[in-house]
Amino acid sequence: MTDKHTNTGSISTELHASAHHVGRRVHTAPTVGQSVWLVACREIIVRLRSKAFLISTGILLLISVASVIVGGIAGQNATLPQVAVVGNAAMVVEQTQAFDTISVDTQAAAEALVRDGTVTAAVVPAEGEGSLLDVTVIALDTPPTAVLTALSVSPALTLLEQGAPNGGLVYLVAIGFGLVFLMSAVTFGSTIAQSVVEEKQTRVVEILMSTISVRALLAGKVLGNSIMAFGQIVAIGLLVSLGMAVTGQQTLLADVGPAIVWFAVFFAFGFVLLAALYAATASMVSRQEDVGSATAPVMVLVMIPYFLVIFFNDNPAVLAVMSYIPFSAPVGMPMRIFLDSALWWEPLVSLAILLAATGIVILLGARIYANSLLRMGARVPLREALKR
Amino acid sequence: MLDIRGITKRYGTRQVLTDVSFTVGNGRMTGFVGANGAGKTTTMRIILGVLTADAGTVLIDGAPVTASDRRRFGYMPEERGLYPKMKVAEQLIYLARLHGLTPHAALRNTTDLLERLGLTDRSNALVESLSLGNQQRAQIAAALVHDPEFLVLDEPFSGLDPIAVEVVMGVLAEYAAGGAPVLFSSHQLDIVERLCDDLVIIGDGEIRAQGARETLRDEYSSPRFEIRTHGDASWIRDLPGIRIVDLTLDAAGGHVVFEAETDAASQLVLQQAIARGPVSAFNHQRPSLASIFKEVVQ
Repeated sequence: MTDKHTNTGSISTELHASAHHVGRRVHTAPTVGQSVWLVACREIIVRLRSKAFLISTGILLLISVASVIVGGIAGQNATLPQVAVVGNAAMVVEQTQAFDTISVDTQAAAEALVRDGTVTAAVVPAEGEGSLLDVTVIALDTPPTAVLTALSVSPALTLLEQGAPNGGLVYLVAIGFGLVFLMSAVTFGSTIAQSVVEEKQTRVVEILMSTISVRALLAGKVLGNSIMAFGQIVAIGLLVSLGMAVTGQQTLLADVGPAIVWFAVFFAFGFVLLAALYAATASMVSRQEDVGSATAPVMVLVMIPYFLVIFFNDNPAVLAVMSYIPFSAPVGMPMRIFLDSALWWEPLVSLAILLAATGIVILLGARIYANSLLRMGARVPLREALKR
Repeated sequence: MLDIRGITKRYGTRQVLTDVSFTVGNGRMTGFVGANGAGKTTTMRIILGVLTADAGTVLIDGAPVTASDRRRFGYMPEERGLYPKMKVAEQLIYLARLHGLTPHAALRNTTDLLERLGLTDRSNALVESLSLGNQQRAQIAAALVHDPEFLVLDEPFSGLDPIAVEVVMGVLAEYAAGGAPVLFSSHQLDIVERLCDDLVIIGDGEIRAQGARETLRDEYSSPRFEIRTHGDASWIRDLPGIRIVDLTLDAAGGHVVFEAETDAASQLVLQQAIARGPVSAFNHQRPSLASIFKEVVQ
């Protein structure tokens, strides 16, 4: 790309020199894509240089990892109880796979281990000529319930419906999705809003508008911030998954993993929609002090799904509605996927609705943005901002 | 060549520009003068496509200007603006890249311009940390960094110290000498007078006068002459077709300001004066820009 520019540049310089702008260097116009990308890169670089951003991201990542590790430690099945086994009893005990076994030769040795607390219980062959499976459990002063249960025979069990994950876990996952969505959307949404007003307040926007199209400018800002937000989400998702894998919560990971992936996908598009709204509403005011009040309606849109998912994560009807409304779908649909209550096509339909909504919002947002950028002073009324 | 044709703009019920037409020729430094609120900034914004006109067109070499032509303009908006938290050089490179320069060309132009404008030692400073004068220089660099083919500068000299004014005047003159049409507005009529080839005067959204500076001065000049002689010059009042405006006689000699009905009458004054003794000055008094401005705008 760069070489091509240089070449065409020098050729047209010669052509041009013969016209009238003697000695002037002529440069090839950037494509819309290049303009958008340049704007996006500036947004990203500025963000990466901001200490406030780096610190808040670090804290968010730390919290995510910490919650997984703490959850892992708390929820981890404590190390398997140790039992001492003697002779044939070993076979019986190993079948349950519920214990660490220590084989000893005699019952006396096993009892010694029980007494000094090395093992919870000892399992020895039953006295007399019973079947191979007959064993005697020896414990110190209380019946070892876990050992007894594991060695008992349970009747066969058939569940008519698949059990839901337990309520506590559902609540945690709901808070996790809700919080990450809220934090990321608010962080990057406010960032894009401030960046829009900064350009307006410092009037640099006039130079930008005379250089690239307003849409390219808006697209670049939305793209740059969306990449950052999405990057943060992916980083959190990876760290959480890694944390689960490392702390031995593979079962949980298998349950939550698909939901995390869908969350990332929905967030990618959902955030573009929010970013366009943040940019458009921010462009209607001219001072940083007014950004908060101008973007307040968008903030409400971001907070509603958070509260809904926390209060109604056990209400299938509310979740179903949430999973189709573009603003709450990034939280609602992954939640339903986690709960296994969504049919395979539902995320796709919801995603299509989200995409359509994003497209419409971008068009409206671009119009508001273009109509408001040069209007300094008082807040631009929405009706005027929307007019063609 | 930049042609502004029949531009009309209205904000609500307020008519801001009415049928504004003028030309900025290749290599012509064109001064754009008018009182506050006369419509200079609006006109420039329309030329740059930052605002759209209600009617009228902007032509480049006869063809309507397109969005992609506009990046060939160097623009300095009236209200200065650069990113306060970006470094000077970085910002210039960014703007150059947005205009389509390669990273290499962007860096080269930035380095050159900062050098010329005396900002090299501030190139890594944040814009917000610069003095106002230096911010102004950075702003000028921002308008020039992409090798523009047309310059449209709104008040490029305001806020500059006299040295910086000279530097900027030099840079602009060089651009014009290279063949670029240069349009700049200014309240400092003395600078406009020194610098511009052509003049466009706007008042209340209408073009009041335009043309080459010297042509305008001729057009608006009265047939007024001034002569300095060594001796008494009161004899002039007896010549035909002459009306004395002012006559003084001091140790240095006589000084007369007079109006002549015809060129021949004024020449006769000169001939007679030489015949009577040394003449140290004789000139056709032409109006200053300020007086033309006052005349056409009122």
